[in-house]
Amino acid sequence: MKKLLNKIFLTDLFQGLWVTFRNQHPKYIYTEQYPAERPKVAERYRGAPRLNINPDNGETLCIACNLCALACPENLIVVTSERNEATRRKELTEFTYDTSRCMFCGLCEDACPVDALELTQDFELATYTREGQIWDRQMLEEGPKPTPYKC
Amino acid sequence: MPDATFLDSTELVLNMGPQHPSTHGVLRVILKLDGEKILGTECVIGYLHRGVEKIAENRTFAQFNPYVDRMDYVAAISNGLGYCLAVEKMLNIEAPPRAQAIRVILTELNRIASHLLWLGTHALDIGAITPVFYCLREREEALKIFEKYCGARLTTHAFRIGGLLYETYDGFEKDILAFCDWFLPKVDEYEELLTNNRIWVGRLKNVGILTADECKEYGVTGPVLRAAGVQWDLRKAQPYSGYEKYEFDIPTRQNGDTYDRYLVRMQEMRQSVRIMRQAVAAIPEGPIMGKVGKVIKPAVGEAYVSIEAPKGELGYYIVSDGATQPYRVRVRPPSFVNLQALDRMVRGALVADVVAVIGTLDIVLGEVDR
Repeated sequence: MKKLLNKIFLTDLFQGLWVTFRNQHPKYIYTEQYPAERPKVAERYRGAPRLNINPDNGETLCIACNLCALACPENLIVVTSERNEATRRKELTEFTYDTSRCMFCGLCEDACPVDALELTQDFELATYTREGQIWDRQMLEEGPKPTPYKC
Repeated sequence: MPDATFLDSTELVLNMGPQHPSTHGVLRVILKLDGEKILGTECVIGYLHRGVEKIAENRTFAQFNPYVDRMDYVAAISNGLGYCLAVEKMLNIEAPPRAQAIRVILTELNRIASHLLWLGTHALDIGAITPVFYCLREREEALKIFEKYCGARLTTHAFRIGGLLYETYDGFEKDILAFCDWFLPKVDEYEELLTNNRIWVGRLKNVGILTADECKEYGVTGPVLRAAGVQWDLRKAQPYSGYEKYEFDIPTRQNGDTYDRYLVRMQEMRQSVRIMRQAVAAIPEGPIMGKVGKVIKPAVGEAYVSIEAPKGELGYYIVSDGATQPYRVRVRPPSFVNLQALDRMVRGALVADVVAVIGTLDIVLGEVDR
């Protein structure tokens, strides 16, 4: 009898509709208006790579030890260095990082002994060309400069 | 698929996929039909094959760790746990207790996230649009915790061989407990939407029945096996990573149909919350990284470790020849094994039931094809 009444009065459907009705309230809006409203990613977010420079004198922190290139599973980091005869130390000349093959696993930043290479909170890495995905030393030091969205 | 080359005049061969939205990726199913009735099926897989097992042979043990996340990308943390446990077994080390507790918390959270994506897409296949929005809303909160903890949302690379790299962030325990409190009423909400709904029940009851004996024959594991009445859960049967310390039930059902698998997974989400609450209450202090050298170089030998991933038994079999790179890595993916039962489950059913059954098997093609 109860089953029949349930069948006639569609109680199961109204039960579901009541749930959707409860969730109608504007305070339950979860959509982020992305380009207009930029998300705040977590502090530990692994995004665009950056090669840190010493803020005091503008020199790179990288000691060209090549550990990041060895740690990288995709072999996408190329570090070139040259020996400075005056100070008898290895100095970084070029540093390329192919972000198109990067999977942002963070192994390179773990390997870095001087915290020079770091994955930052920048996440907008789209480019118009494939070559643009290969970042050189200057790009890595300055970081990506995405065009800001205008309403 | 019956091997007859010639079809009856009433028979028809139909390709479902690889671009079909209900095959959850790039699965191609060749259906042999008599009208709407299915006479046989054949799964064509490999569209997402990336050769992960081969890649492992050219990477060091630590370097291969991020790749395992990309097999079952919905439950990346479970994959990472399985791989790390396998390598740790080869090295004869164990993660410190604190690392084990955090691993359990994150794995259970990942189980919830995986089940939520399953529920949303399964309901979407059946024709209920609403649950997918709610499920993804809740999953988002879980992914935010992953992002805060390790910096990535999906392919997390959260665990390292020997323990953890990242210490918990400030407010980690609070976040987990808040998620648990907030999430449990949501499960009731999904049940309110679906459990009694006549369309849902009509589409799922007595569809794709797989009995306990058939499950064992096919090697099917996970919720599919438990819905057939077998109380088998590796977390209880061979506890790993300190699961023996936590109190939880193994939800089982008797019929082994699609509806029961739905109910089992709903119960599993509640049990995961229970485990997470116990684990958060008792995170021990101490180090998070075991004694692992800079270069991971296991002795000659092999190890097999299987864990209870959200989809079933996930096993890693690793052979080492003493080098820094594995000699061979073999993955026993739950989705791949569960998919083999598809033919048995849909034979004699209707085309619409194939969609329901693929949904209920909860396959991820990244893991099926590897």
